Amino acid sequence: MSQMTDSQWPLWEVFTQPGGGRPHEHAGSVHAVDAEHALQNARDVYGRRGEAVNIWVVPSAAICASTPEDMGPFFDPGNEKAYRHPQFYKVPQGVRVF
Amino acid sequence: MTPPLSTADDATRQAEFEARIARGESIEPKDWMPEKYRRQLVRMMSQHAHSEIVGMLPEGNWITRAPSLRRKMSLLAKVQDEAGHGLYIYCGTETLGVDRQELVDQLLAGTAKYSSIFNYPTLTWADIGAIGWLVDGAAIVNQTMLAKASYGPYARAMVRICKEENFHKRQGYEIMVTLARGTPAQKAMAQDALDRWWWPSLMMFGPHDKDSPNSDELLKWGVKKKSNDELRQRFVNLTIAQAKAIDLTIPDPELRYDEASGNWIFGAIDWDEFWRVVKGDGPCNRERLAARRKAHADGEWVRAAATAYAAKRAARDAGAAA
Repeated sequence: MSQMTDSQWPLWEVFTQPGGGRPHEHAGSVHAVDAEHALQNARDVYGRRGEAVNIWVVPSAAICASTPEDMGPFFDPGNEKAYRHPQFYKVPQGVRVF
Repeated sequence: MTPPLSTADDATRQAEFEARIARGESIEPKDWMPEKYRRQLVRMMSQHAHSEIVGMLPEGNWITRAPSLRRKMSLLAKVQDEAGHGLYIYCGTETLGVDRQELVDQLLAGTAKYSSIFNYPTLTWADIGAIGWLVDGAAIVNQTMLAKASYGPYARAMVRICKEENFHKRQGYEIMVTLARGTPAQKAMAQDALDRWWWPSLMMFGPHDKDSPNSDELLKWGVKKKSNDELRQRFVNLTIAQAKAIDLTIPDPELRYDEASGNWIFGAIDWDEFWRVVKGDGPCNRERLAARRKAHADGEWVRAAATAYAAKRAARDAGAAA
């Protein structure tokens, strides 16, 4: 076997779901040869104390993310619509509970 | 030959960056950051990650000789945690555009720094108690502060680590308690371990503030929230009562309580020893590096097998699809 120049393998992002039906959350990353190996490594690194009931692994290169530079314009459509928030609407005094 | 140090654009971005730090915002991997900030983080985080990895060696030395199955299981789990901690922080460092391979190569080549404390030998079983109690105790003080660091991935790794370190400290202190309450020989062994690990533990916080070249920048950018001396004092204040509770003596004749400040004032630290060990002349520097290199070389066949297995499966899947 020839000497491997890179002993670290591709990078995978790890998302773990804690119990109680909560959504998956980014936990960190692992290096692994393939998806199955990445799942095993993710379990050993991010789930040693029952922190997860389910794990996703995704090749880091496959993740598309918004960039800090276009943060303003990219999120503008949402920020401009104050009427999406309940505080936008006035409730007559005396009405406490909906 | 030297490009202009800072264009107007850079100056604006730097001001914006510093305003974000001042507002206590978290800096994320893709955000603009000064090159010095990035370099300081890579330096600090990689040293931290290396320390976790090398930190497995002094304790691994005692796994086969732990005095009971309970102690052996705890120690195995603790050493596995340290490997995990190294991985969390390497993974955080990679978000700064560094490849883990580079960092591992630097460690194996002997050009990377790691915490000097791991260059001291573990001579008796009591040393495993002292490491958990003092070394992990000091690490908790440091890492609790770092959990609020301005760089998001570092802070998040620290939150995860802090949750686990408490187990480490408790298992170590329990070993010390058991020995301190045991036979006179066992108690003497515990005292001897405290005598040898006390001062190196205080050195873990790094040089005094006035002699620490990186501190100002790290504090300014919110990577650190407290100075080396502040953290060291906090550790001493926390630990004295724990030593007294098990009737062990801190090896410092000058130690005294200062009513006015509420601090335990300790004697002078031997900085010559500190620098000697940092520069490579500690009791175990060469041994640690040799052990790390051997472990890496011995693992070569595992890495080769995993790579070959993945290639075989990929080929089989491709064949099945065709």
